[in-house]
Amino acid sequence: MKPASFDYVRAESLAEAHDVLAAEGGDVAVIAGGQSLVPLLSMRMARPNVVLDIMHIAELGGFAVEDNCIRVGATVRQAELLAWPDLAKHQPLLAQALPWVGHAQTRARGTVCGSVALADPSAELPLVLAALGGNIVLSSKAERRSVRAADFFSGIMSTARNDDELIEAVSFPCASAGEGFAFREFARRHGDFAIVACAAVATGKSVRLAVGGVADRPVVRDFDGSSDNALAAFAAELEARDDLHATAGYRRMLVRKFGAQTIAEARKKCRA
Amino acid sequence: MPRLSADARHTVRLEINGRAVEGEAEPRMLLTDFLRHRLGLTGTHVGCEHGVCGACTIQLDGAPARACLTLAVQVDGASIRTVEGLAPEPGRLSVLQEAFRRHHAQQCGFCTAGILMSLDWYFRGTPDPSEADLREFLSGHICRCTGYVPIVAAALDAAKRLREGKS
Repeated sequence: MKPASFDYVRAESLAEAHDVLAAEGGDVAVIAGGQSLVPLLSMRMARPNVVLDIMHIAELGGFAVEDNCIRVGATVRQAELLAWPDLAKHQPLLAQALPWVGHAQTRARGTVCGSVALADPSAELPLVLAALGGNIVLSSKAERRSVRAADFFSGIMSTARNDDELIEAVSFPCASAGEGFAFREFARRHGDFAIVACAAVATGKSVRLAVGGVADRPVVRDFDGSSDNALAAFAAELEARDDLHATAGYRRMLVRKFGAQTIAEARKKCRA
Repeated sequence: MPRLSADARHTVRLEINGRAVEGEAEPRMLLTDFLRHRLGLTGTHVGCEHGVCGACTIQLDGAPARACLTLAVQVDGASIRTVEGLAPEPGRLSVLQEAFRRHHAQQCGFCTAGILMSLDWYFRGTPDPSEADLREFLSGHICRCTGYVPIVAAALDAAKRLREGKS
């Protein structure tokens, strides 16, 4: 389990990173915290010619509330965001889900944007981003664009990012008054990849449920009124997979159970 | 930093356990192998090599990190603490290490170095954890011998002694 050979470039500025991506795009793997990329390198699921380290680019650091969103720069580590005392005030769902991302020892290194960039179908941060209808800010030498989460995740570890682009930041919409949030996850060990994860956002009349770990990307569905039958139908429609950890049928059962629980909890918080 | 080519070794300079050190690494070299094979610091163990087991956990710039999920070239200029840096002096164990010995918190010892480095960091920010918090924190480490009971007992005992300033 050793990575294959690659060149290493530590970019000191965004322009320098864009130049490397423009010249060698498809052969470049961007590294920040490395908690997703290094295992892929070691297992040789990724064999880039160049590993581009963006962790020392000052422009990509920091997070802030802008335009009613929490904008998180590409080098912000998961632990850094989790340690922000105002996180739960601005976005309770993110505060509830972040402790489920890996372990304390990986959150200390792993970045928020890195998890979004990997797009593992069972990862929590893509799920939260999809549930909230957040955005991903991509940039290349030529342009900067913002992509909605719904358009960004396109399959297992597959996204709308072009080869010459990197994620500059992701934006999580802040909670509005009257919204309720809930998050639940089932995994063999706390911190492992989710077998099923559910995030719910309740407003006055409807509830949005996002499910991770089941299909090839986070799946979002809005429910009005009573949701029991609709939830069972939704679970049956999901393109669930069998794997070593759980069968597709077991995953659907978890979606019905956890989906109902998160929807009820989000509704309760919405009324509170 | 200029581009480091894949087929050459490059000098990596960093601080380890308070000492400035340097060694040679190809870009693809993992920090685990750099510590063990280039620098001879074999206290850091290599288990799963993909971030799951926690055996290789060290402290990197003041926070826990999996050495196997880190490239040696990434830590150029960084400050690292490994299990070799825990004991206050030769022949004397730290409070945490001594608690592990007292409670038989290791059997084969393979996971121990990583757990010690994690807990050493954890107690600085969380000096009085509940057992539930501690167990959740330890979920980042796999031990196949002990069943965790003596590890948790040793950790709680060490936390208490550290709070009371005893050794």
